[in-house]
Amino acid sequence: MERPLTSNIKPGQPAPDLAEYERSGGYEAVRKALRELTPAQLTGIVKDSNLRGRGGAGFPTGSKWSFVPMGETALRPKYLVANADEMEPGAFKDRVLLEGDPHQLIEGMILAAYAIQAEAAYIFLREEYKQAERTLRKAVAETYQAGYLGKNILGSSYRLELYVHVSAGRYICGEESGLLNALEGKRAIPRSRPPFPQTSGLWGKGTIVNNVETLCNVPHIVRNGAEWFRKLSLTGDGGTKLYGASGKVKRPGLWELPMGTPIREILEEHAGGMRDGVRFRALLPGGASTDFLTEEHLDVRMDFSSVEKAGSRLGTGTMIILDDKTCPVGMVHNLELFFARESCGWCTPCREGLPWTEKILREIEAGRGRTSDLDRLALHARLLGPGRTFCALAPGAMEPLQSALKYFREDFERHIREKRCPWS
Amino acid sequence: MLTPEEIRELEADLAHYPQKQSGCVDALKIVQRRRGWISDDTLREVAVYLEMTPEELDGVATFYPVIFRRQVGRHIIRICDSVSCWIMGYEKVYSALNGTLGIRLGETTADGRFTLLPSACLGVCEHAPALMIDDDLIADWNPGNVDGILSRYP
Ligand SMILES: Cc1cc2nc3c(=O)[nH]c(=O)nc-3n(C[C@H](O)[C@H](O)[C@H](O)COP(=O)(O)O)c2cc1C
Ligand code: SF4
Ligand code: FES
Repeated sequence: MERPLTSNIKPGQPAPDLAEYERSGGYEAVRKALRELTPAQLTGIVKDSNLRGRGGAGFPTGSKWSFVPMGETALRPKYLVANADEMEPGAFKDRVLLEGDPHQLIEGMILAAYAIQAEAAYIFLREEYKQAERTLRKAVAETYQAGYLGKNILGSSYRLELYVHVSAGRYICGEESGLLNALEGKRAIPRSRPPFPQTSGLWGKGTIVNNVETLCNVPHIVRNGAEWFRKLSLTGDGGTKLYGASGKVKRPGLWELPMGTPIREILEEHAGGMRDGVRFRALLPGGASTDFLTEEHLDVRMDFSSVEKAGSRLGTGTMIILDDKTCPVGMVHNLELFFARESCGWCTPCREGLPWTEKILREIEAGRGRTSDLDRLALHARLLGPGRTFCALAPGAMEPLQSALKYFREDFERHIREKRCPWS
Repeated sequence: MLTPEEIRELEADLAHYPQKQSGCVDALKIVQRRRGWISDDTLREVAVYLEMTPEELDGVATFYPVIFRRQVGRHIIRICDSVSCWIMGYEKVYSALNGTLGIRLGETTADGRFTLLPSACLGVCEHAPALMIDDDLIADWNPGNVDGILSRYP
């Protein structure tokens, strides 16, 4: 089985330096692109590959790039941003790519930047990823020295500057328009759209924000072709996918597998099944902001459309497992506490509704809930849903809540009836 | 007054951005690393340097949990209380630290050595429960060895 994204990553060993990365075929794709491909051809290859964004929403990467104004009339400079904020609870896949193979990301960024003819690129890194920061800074310096960054890259007329920007610990900075405000040194509240960042992003110029894993796929697509990439997948969405599992499984971790690998295979073969003494109850397939799935969904394939059909989202592909010894109400309370804290406060439904939701759940968990609380929670799930808030944070927060009300109704009712948490 | 050393570091950083304001989070961090926290006076000095109003800069400073607008201890302990760590034993980590240090979240020990804070997911959920002390990540934590770990932070 081919594992392009992780083939250079050896647990417990330092990331490959530039020379090692080049020995494994690294920067061949940049050579090829700068010598043989026009920006439009490069974008076309990525379109053909069916690469969909790995940041959670699954937007087709090639078509996203194609919205950036090109040619003489485009406002300059244009920007490319690698979104390495990764603050979604349960998600840790980008960290592994950043720490394990920084040149793969840098090469992907050079290619993406070339495709949209950007002059500058930023890696927007979350504050807590200290090791990733050290690894990246070293790799960026090496890349400049080798002439893959800076003026006249590989003797061409193309020029690109690349910087590492380290954030300061807020989840909303990962939302792409909040990220742009953060980079401009403003409070990181999201922006209204349209205009979309592709046409009016950083300082009003054309900007692409892509997830780390998305960008890491690009060198492989350019080197091996769109068809090769499509065939890595078991379904229609191209490529491999990094899948993770955390919670009470025997071997929590991260695995690169064909896109569309069934949940059961990830859970049982790779995560080793549940720890002794606990049983599987449910899972969040793609991080904190995705709907719960249960036993009946274990044969669902982990790709964008299959997980959506099952009523949830692929999200980040890093699953959080709920076991029978952990209280589902407590878990949902923990999730909403995170979202309430991380609300940027810009729009009223989210700023007011999330803390309210969190308080109701806290009361139920503490044995002070009332039956009418369940209706109030369901009402919030509706009023904070898609289309009613300024960004996707609040609707994301409602996904685990609404599905918990559906699958764990009896557990909520038991808390209220018995006036205590049955798990404590 | 910003020191010449601070200004040198700020200048190198600001070269990465087309506008000074973009470097404001970096600037706050650079100054905080030397001074421990961002007092109102410090905030004003940095704002002047960045050609921002103090209000604008405070709007950014107060947005971020690792920019401290109040005095904190010499070492910052941030316990991850997000979902995977919660499932894997956040409560035990918290009780162990709370028991040893005698402080709750948001508090600083009387000797000014440690401040205890909650943190959102640290991105190491496969090694839950996790926490950070200053820049060090401590993962797969079991509360058995609290004293040994804390002794590394005088
Ligand atoms: C609250 C919130 C937080 C987000 N955090 C991240 C993040 O940390 N990393 C990321 O890649 N995308 C994050 N996203 C998604 C981004 O807005 C954006 O869709 C993504 O970076 C696009 O990259 P892609 O097209 O390569 O998937 C977040 C979205 C929301 C609403
Ligand atoms: S939904 Fe929440 S996070 Fe998004 S803009 Fe509104 S208040 Fe901010
Ligand atoms: S939930 Fe604690 S590190 Fe992710």
